[in-house]
Amino acid sequence: MRSKDRPRYVLTVDHLRGLFDELSDQGYEQVGPIFRDGAIMLEKINSFDELTLGYLEQQDKGSYNLDQHPDAGYFQYSVGPQSFKKFLNPPRRKLWEANGSSSNFEITVPERPAKMVFWGVRNCDIEAIRILDKVFLEGAYVNDWYQAAKEDLLIIAVGCTHPSKNCFCTSFDSGPMPYEGYDLSLVEVKDGAGHHFIADGKSDLIKHWLNDTEAQLASKDDLEIASRTIEEAIDNMPIRLNPKEASELLKTNLEHSHWEQVASRCLSCANCTLVCPTCFCSTTEDITDISGDHTERWLTWDSCFVGDFSYIHGGQIRPSTRSRYRQWMTHKLSNWYDQFGSSGCVGCGRCITWCPVGIDITEELAAINDNPVGPAKDKKSRGNEKHKGST
Amino acid sequence: MKNIKEVLSDLSFFSDMSDEMLEFIAACGQNMHFSPDEYVGRESGSADYLFVITKGNIAVQLEHPTKGTFTIRSLHDGEIAGFSWIIPPYRMQFDLKAREHTSVVALDAGCVRKKCEEDHHLGYLMMKQSAIIMNKRLEDTRVQLMDIYSGRV
Amino acid sequence: MNGSPWNPVLYKVSSKSIENADLLTFELDPVGDEAIDPIAPGQFNMLYAFGIGEIPISVSSILPSYPTLVHTIQDVGRVSKSLIQLPVGDIIGVRGPFGPEWPVAQVKSKDVLLIAGGVGLCPLRPVIEYILDHREQFGEVNVLFGTRHPDNIIYHRDIISWQSDPSINFQITVDHAFPSWRGNVGVVTHLIDKAKFYPENTISFLCGPEVMMRFGIYACLDAGISEDMVYLSMERNMKCAIGLCGHCQVGPYFTCKDGAVFPYTMMKPYLNISEL
Repeated sequence: MRSKDRPRYVLTVDHLRGLFDELSDQGYEQVGPIFRDGAIMLEKINSFDELTLGYLEQQDKGSYNLDQHPDAGYFQYSVGPQSFKKFLNPPRRKLWEANGSSSNFEITVPERPAKMVFWGVRNCDIEAIRILDKVFLEGAYVNDWYQAAKEDLLIIAVGCTHPSKNCFCTSFDSGPMPYEGYDLSLVEVKDGAGHHFIADGKSDLIKHWLNDTEAQLASKDDLEIASRTIEEAIDNMPIRLNPKEASELLKTNLEHSHWEQVASRCLSCANCTLVCPTCFCSTTEDITDISGDHTERWLTWDSCFVGDFSYIHGGQIRPSTRSRYRQWMTHKLSNWYDQFGSSGCVGCGRCITWCPVGIDITEELAAINDNPVGPAKDKKSRGNEKHKGST
Repeated sequence: MKNIKEVLSDLSFFSDMSDEMLEFIAACGQNMHFSPDEYVGRESGSADYLFVITKGNIAVQLEHPTKGTFTIRSLHDGEIAGFSWIIPPYRMQFDLKAREHTSVVALDAGCVRKKCEEDHHLGYLMMKQSAIIMNKRLEDTRVQLMDIYSGRV
Repeated sequence: MNGSPWNPVLYKVSSKSIENADLLTFELDPVGDEAIDPIAPGQFNMLYAFGIGEIPISVSSILPSYPTLVHTIQDVGRVSKSLIQLPVGDIIGVRGPFGPEWPVAQVKSKDVLLIAGGVGLCPLRPVIEYILDHREQFGEVNVLFGTRHPDNIIYHRDIISWQSDPSINFQITVDHAFPSWRGNVGVVTHLIDKAKFYPENTISFLCGPEVMMRFGIYACLDAGISEDMVYLSMERNMKCAIGLCGHCQVGPYFTCKDGAVFPYTMMKPYLNISEL
C-alpha cells in the first residue's frame, strides 16, 4: 500500500507507552533521546518515560542550549550531538579475539548485536541510515555487524517540527518528514487542545499493533494540523546548497586558496566527523593482555582529521589541516557521489553546531562557489561558459 | 663502417641539422677508443671535446676523499658525454671514465665553438640540443636528490 | 569463519628467504583446510601478526602449487618488523585476495614495458613470471628496474636469470652506486632509451614510489605510449582492505578496492594534487 493510501491514526502518550512495553516484552533493546550532560543524547532506555519531555533547544554555529519548557513535548527539537550510527556501527566493537601465541593461535568471534528499536528518528537520520546502507551493505563487502543490527531493527520516526538554525535538510531531496525507511512515523502535536501524535504505521508488526490499539483514525483536521506543522518547519529552513552543483564545483577546486583559509580556523579536532550521521571511517586496534597470549582486534571510529589517518611508512599523506578539511568536505559533498551515488551530507547541521570554532560547511562551500578557480588551463573555458552573468 | 657524418646523422642531437652543417661538424670529429677504466676526461681538465658515444659505457664520476669514487650517472650508446665544452670557462666538472671497451666520436670543442660563432644558426642548434640534455640531467638529478626509494611513497 | 570479511585465515610460515638487509620473502601455507581464493598478479593480502596488527602486502610470486602464498615484506614499521621476525612454522593471519589485477592476462601480442622502482619490483614479479610462462602471447618485453643502491637489489637469482634470458630485456639502474658498481647509474626513466617497443602497441605497468611513477608515466607518454595503456600501483594507508574504513581514499577512489592497480587515466587528475 502506498504511503498516502494508508490510514493515519491519532495516538496518545499512553498508546506509545504501551508500544514501548510490548516491544520490551518481545525482547527488543530500545534506544531513544534522553537528557544527559546538558544535551539530548541517544541511549538505551528501559521505560518510555525516560524519553526527553519538555525541552526546547537553541542551536547556532558552535553553540547548543536546551531550555525546559512546560509546553514542549517529547520530540520538539531537532538533533543532539549523537546519531543512530553509534548503535548500527558502534564507536568501538570487538572484531574478534585470538588466544595462543604467534606459533599457534585460534580466533573466536563475538556475538551478534541485539534486536533494537530506535525512537524519535528524524528524516535526516533515516536518510543517513539509507546512505550507510549503501556503504556497508551494497558494496563488494558487507559490514556484518551493521547488517545483523539492521535485520531486526524497528524504526519509530518523527516528523521534524522544530528544526534548528543549523538545519538544511530541505537542500536535499529528503526534508523534515519521513517518507520511507521506518516502521512507525509520528508527528507530534502539542497545543492547548492536548498532546497527541498523528501516526503512520508501515510495517506489519506496527500495523497489527495499531489495529489492536483501537486508536482513532485521524480526521481531516488532524492531518491538516500535522502537515501545517511540517510546512512551517520547511519554511524555517532556507536552502543552503545545491548538492549536485556542489559535487561538481569541488572537483575542480581542490587547490582553491580557501582551503588554507578554513584551515586557519579549523582545529582538526574531528568533532564534525564524530557527530556526522554518515561519517563511517574506522581503524583497527590490537590489544594484547600482559601475558601476551590473549589478543583482541577492535574496530573503532576514526576520523580523516586525525594525524595518523593517512600515515604510511615514510609519513602522512595529509599532514596539514588544509588537506584534512578538504578531504572531509570533498568526500562528503563530492566524492560520495562517485562512490555511493548520493551526497554524503543529509543537512542535519550537527557539524556546524558541534564545531568548537563554528565552521559552517555550507558557508565554506559558498565561499568557494563565489570565487571558483579551476585548474589554470580550464580558466578560459570556465570564463566563456559560466561567468556570463556574474562578476 | 659508417663515417663520422653518418654516425652523427643517426642521433637526435644532430637531427635538425642540414647536410652542410653535419659535414661542417663532422669535420671537427675523430674516432677514439677507450679501454675499461680508462679516463675519457678528468675533472678540472680543459673541456676539449664533446664525446658522442658510439659503443660502450662511460661513467660520470666524482672523487670523495674517504668514500671513494661516486658514479653520478652512466652514459651509453648514442648519448653525449660532457657539456662543459659549450659553457665558459670550458672546464671539466667531473671525471669521465670508460667502464668497458668504449668507442666515441670526439668533436674538437675549439673547432665546434668556432663554427658556432661563425654560424649562429648552427650555434643555436648545438646550444638547443645541449640545453635539452642539460635540462634532462638536471631533472634526473633533482629526482635522485629526493632519494625516493628510502620509503616506497 | 562465519563469513565476516574481517576474519583472517591462518597460514603458517613454511619458508623464509632473505632478499637484502631489510627485505624477506615468505612462503605461507594454510594451517587447516581453509584457504583464501587464488591470488592474481597485482592483488594483495592483509597479513596479520599475532597481537601486533595487520598490513597490506602484494603477492610477489604466484606458485603453481595453490594454496601456497608468496609475499615479500620490507621492514618499515611495527607490523612488518614483527612479521619478518617470525620463525618458520609460526602463524600469520591472511585476508584476501584484494584489488584488481595487472591486466596482463587480457593483453594479447602487445609489447610490454614494466617500470619498477625499489620494492615496486615485488608486485611486478608475478607479471614477469606470467609473461615468461606465456611468452608467445607477447611481443617485445622490457623490464626497467631502478633502485636506490646496489645493496637494495632484490630477487638476485631471478634477475640473473632474466638478464640472461634473450626473450626479455631486463635493465637495472641505481641512483647511487659504490665504486665497484659497473652497471647503470641514473634514474629509471633514463633506461627507457634501452627499451625496445612499438609505442602504439605497448602496454606499460609501473610500480614504485609515486614520484618515480609520475616521471615514469611522462617517459612512457613521451615515448608515444597511449595514456590508456599505462597502469600504475598506488599505495595508501589501509586498515580494512574492503572499502569500509575510508583510509585509503585518493579523490573518489578507494585504493583497496578500486586499486591498488589503477589505469593511469583514472589516477591522472589526482596524481599532481598535493596532500590528496
